[in-house]
Amino acid sequence: MSPVGTIARFALRESLRRRVFTVVFILTVAFLGLYGLGVWQAFEATDEFAFETGPVEPEVVAGATLLGLACFGTLFLGAILAVFLTLGAVRGDAERGLLQPVLVRDVSRWSYLLARWAAAASVCALYVIVVFLAATVITWVAGGWWPDRVVQPALGLALGVALLAALSLAGSVVLSSAANGIAVFMAFGAGLTAGLLGQIGEALGSGTLDTVADVASWALPFEALYQSGLSALTADTIGFTRFAIDLGPFGGAEPGGALLWPWALVYLAAVGAAARWAFGRRDL
Amino acid sequence: MAPVLAASGLTKRYGRTLALRGVDLHLEAGELVGLLGPNGAGKSTLTKIACGLVRHDGGTIEVARPLGYLAELFRFPDWCTAEELLTLHQELTRSAGGAAERAELLELVGLADATRVRVGAMSKGMQQRLGIAQALVGGPRVLLLDEPTSALDPAGRRTVRALLEELRRREVAVLLNSHLLSEVELVCDRVVIVARGEVVAAGTPAELEQPSGVEVETAGGVRVIPNAGRQDVPAIVRDLVAAGEEVYGVQVRRSTLEDAYLEAVGAA
Repeated sequence: MSPVGTIARFALRESLRRRVFTVVFILTVAFLGLYGLGVWQAFEATDEFAFETGPVEPEVVAGATLLGLACFGTLFLGAILAVFLTLGAVRGDAERGLLQPVLVRDVSRWSYLLARWAAAASVCALYVIVVFLAATVITWVAGGWWPDRVVQPALGLALGVALLAALSLAGSVVLSSAANGIAVFMAFGAGLTAGLLGQIGEALGSGTLDTVADVASWALPFEALYQSGLSALTADTIGFTRFAIDLGPFGGAEPGGALLWPWALVYLAAVGAAARWAFGRRDL
Repeated sequence: MAPVLAASGLTKRYGRTLALRGVDLHLEAGELVGLLGPNGAGKSTLTKIACGLVRHDGGTIEVARPLGYLAELFRFPDWCTAEELLTLHQELTRSAGGAAERAELLELVGLADATRVRVGAMSKGMQQRLGIAQALVGGPRVLLLDEPTSALDPAGRRTVRALLEELRRREVAVLLNSHLLSEVELVCDRVVIVARGEVVAAGTPAELEQPSGVEVETAGGVRVIPNAGRQDVPAIVRDLVAAGEEVYGVQVRRSTLEDAYLEAVGAA
């Protein structure tokens, strides 16, 4: 097996042995249980006033809003997982003396970074895909609503958390574990806030807020991928129902456009190149 | 024979501090060299440069591969067992030794019964011995040990000394960075003393231990003739006998490695 595969497997085994996955599994089941209860209650309430909604399809509005909320929760949980699996991967491990015995072997620093990213990104990507699909199925079972697109939001969330894992890993080259964790979560929060500002700007017709959101989306593409996924949930919905969804908390999401995915991949490569350059110059 | 480690004019700067100022060092296959020096002399920096963990600013260094390394401040994942740790390093070095190599290494360092013991459950001394076993995975041609016996009891140190003798027999070159002069004196072929980032003395322990007078025991007691050496002994004895003294014993005094070390470090 290549050094990348060996180190990635060892990192995954560490997470397994430290019961990281057990804790994540239990909390995720709790999250999905709570979500299921909420969805069931929401659709029950929707049925009660369905006759008053006229041309608006209430189960579509409720389903899209609830699944949008699930997208947000899934991204948040995936981000926590991505950050905690990588925040001390370089400087933290070097300060504890864990890194040096590995790098003395015929393992390039780039291989080490790649291995740690591959391990964290694959776990987080799989995690958000499974949780998103589970939430989608729960929404369908409880309310009979299925989103217009499923694959695109799932893959968008997956690439989003892979980007967050890359940012956190790159941060771990120069920052201590605590500083890195804080920095990545603040960037994550800033991205989501900018996205919400953009949605408010869309509703209010504010060009400035739209610009802020656009810049933030390009600077932090995980936010744009999340927005694009949200938008895809109701990509084919039109008319009064569309209007009602747009007024909701997850309704003003931007689709992102054709350049979003290529840009996210370029961004990922750039973060990797920056991390490689910084790690190559670091004395251990 | 080409050296397995050859450093020439190595320099390293940390900010405004010049940690190494043109260090030359070479190791031959099967040679055991002790690296001595006070704290902050640059020993660990030199060792880390040899491992590729620290970049040097000037000079050249070539090290034969594979190499083994045990850092002064090391740690292994506390969740994994001795067996798992060695397996990881076997995979990273692409060693084909398998279970037989792991068993042999654990036996060599006295941890044959600790195969399935988690690192977190090991004493510091056991971890240090496991660290030495880890450094030996893949049959290194060069072994760099930074304070490998600091956490060991006397029995553990004896085990490591025996191990170093075995490595010499196997033609493995060892650079032993240690504060324990007695240990270095016992096992090393050569000693390099570093102070303030430069080599201030080098040679075999015998070369560094200089004659420091002749001690003569006569009926009148023990007297020391300073600045005299082995070549002066016949004349000293002849003169004393001629003067009517009865000579019971003569000993050429030599300075210890500790004396040589303190003199070299003090002169830096």
